[in-house]
Amino acid sequence: MSTTSDASSTRAGAAESRPRPGGSPAEPGRPKKRGGRDLLHSLPWIGPALILIFGVVLYPAIVMFYNSTRDISISGIDKGSVGFDNYVEVFSFPYFWPIFGRTIVWVVVVVAVTVLISLGLAQILNKAFPGRRIVRLAVIIPWAASVVMTTMVVYYGLEPYFGIINKFLVDIGLVDTPEGYGWTRNPATAFAWSIVVAIFVSLPFTTYTILAGLQTVPGEVLEAAKMDGAGPVRTYWAVVLPQLRSALAVAVLINIINVFNSLPILKVMTGSIPGYDADTIMTMIFKYIQNQHKVDVASALSVVAFVIVIVIVAIYVRVVKPMKEV
Amino acid sequence: MAVTAPAFETIDPPAPARKRRYTEDQVPIGKVLLRMLAGLIVLAIFVLPYTIMFFGSVKTKSQIRSVDPTYFPTEWHWENYIDMWSTPETPLPQNLISTIVISVFATLLVLLVAMPAAYYTARFLFPGRMVFLFLVIVTQMLQPAVLTSGLFRQFVALDLIDTWAAMILINAAFNLSFAVWIMHSFFAGIPKEVDEAAQIDGASRLTVLFKISLPLVWPGIVTAIVFTFVACWNEFAASLVILSTAGNQPLSVALTKFVGQYETSWQYVFGVSIVAIVPVVILFMLIEKRLVGGLTAGSVK
Repeated sequence: MSTTSDASSTRAGAAESRPRPGGSPAEPGRPKKRGGRDLLHSLPWIGPALILIFGVVLYPAIVMFYNSTRDISISGIDKGSVGFDNYVEVFSFPYFWPIFGRTIVWVVVVVAVTVLISLGLAQILNKAFPGRRIVRLAVIIPWAASVVMTTMVVYYGLEPYFGIINKFLVDIGLVDTPEGYGWTRNPATAFAWSIVVAIFVSLPFTTYTILAGLQTVPGEVLEAAKMDGAGPVRTYWAVVLPQLRSALAVAVLINIINVFNSLPILKVMTGSIPGYDADTIMTMIFKYIQNQHKVDVASALSVVAFVIVIVIVAIYVRVVKPMKEV
Repeated sequence: MAVTAPAFETIDPPAPARKRRYTEDQVPIGKVLLRMLAGLIVLAIFVLPYTIMFFGSVKTKSQIRSVDPTYFPTEWHWENYIDMWSTPETPLPQNLISTIVISVFATLLVLLVAMPAAYYTARFLFPGRMVFLFLVIVTQMLQPAVLTSGLFRQFVALDLIDTWAAMILINAAFNLSFAVWIMHSFFAGIPKEVDEAAQIDGASRLTVLFKISLPLVWPGIVTAIVFTFVACWNEFAASLVILSTAGNQPLSVALTKFVGQYETSWQYVFGVSIVAIVPVVILFMLIEKRLVGGLTAGSVK
């Protein structure tokens, strides 16, 4: 896979370029023959971690790939190979392409809006004012709180008649009747509200990452821009934003992964709506597993999702070059 | 903090920024008030859902389901916090125990496995070191959700399906990379002379780790513990598929059973949510300064 080769070049480069303060005493001009023994010495230290990574992350991935070519009965019995039939079933499912398109909308809208709002939030939280620390702490709450629970309170709020958010919308005149809009009964509106919740829970991490990026903007540069007569808007575009590049790259890519993998929000908001008009790839995988008990088809769709994630990770490694700091 | 990993120096926000703004800028009072107003709005938005949750948790069922609901509770029914544990939908006390057991043991397992790996990779060069660290980075990007069907079949085959042990292993494995990563950067921040001095004095490698290095990397370990614990506490996707017995399920999965019911006891859902959310929010607030370093250690420059 191209990922591996890309990464190995990064890896080699990083290993040479970075002076390591923590190297073992024997390491400059490390003789090649000692390699094997060094690896053996390292095993008691990194072995348990390797077992866990291989046993519970990589092995299930292999199982998943294997199962995606098998015929597995509802009771879980493997009835032999079916080649790519499970993939055919995934792609020929009439709702697949709408689900695929919705997944893209889900990821793009959530991540884009999250980053835009976070840029503003970080700007506010970076300014000095009494009580800033309390505001910063409040922004953490949706990050630590269970996403299921945060979504459930919104779901309740949107209920017809007794939901508090619905009542508020009626009170300010946006909704005509207390019966409300049937927000969570209708796939389109339930999906739209899921996007709102997803943005809300993605804000803390994104804001904090951008806030960290803002600390790297040197004060003198801002002074200089001011002296040169640049207004706040111009300064932001020309001086601050370019400095935020790497923080934004990290925030965007981690958000893409998280939002793509997100299950609980849609599960709570749209899970009780019949049909497939509010599903993403991720909720569809769980519908195959839980409702239809088709682990084989679920595996095939998971492989599709897995490949998408791997491509995103490859881009991440390429763009951010995380090994540089190792 | 005696030792700070390089990645974190740029991330700790408040002290210098604050000094600069207050002394050099002399912000006019009007501007400060405007900022406070903006801050207040942000604060209100972020606590709003949890305020709704809290107010809902002290209402009676007829109040919370009344056709013309009130924003604030008219009476405060604290007894909900006792009654909620015996609701018929799901065995909530068992769900709470399940959440606690899985989170505590997964966190312990992560510590036990990640600490030696982080220490060794930060201190010694060995063949395969970069491969190992690369593996760690890639697994950090993988989440249980995308691998659930594989995990499901694997734990069926191991006869560990529907057990806490399965979820402890899964949570530990998927949070391991993050813990290795953050502790690695803290260990790498200790000058090797400190270790060498101790070794010359005759201390063994393990003694050095426990007596010399650990106290210095304590902030990194606390960050790793909190992050892992909170992630396990809130885990949803894998638990949903792996744990099928109601009593084995954590709160995150158990609570979803209330959705779409004919008459949901929302006041209990919210009471349990408040109980589940408050401790982890406090934990996260304790490590506020290192939150970012956590997820992006090594990438934000």
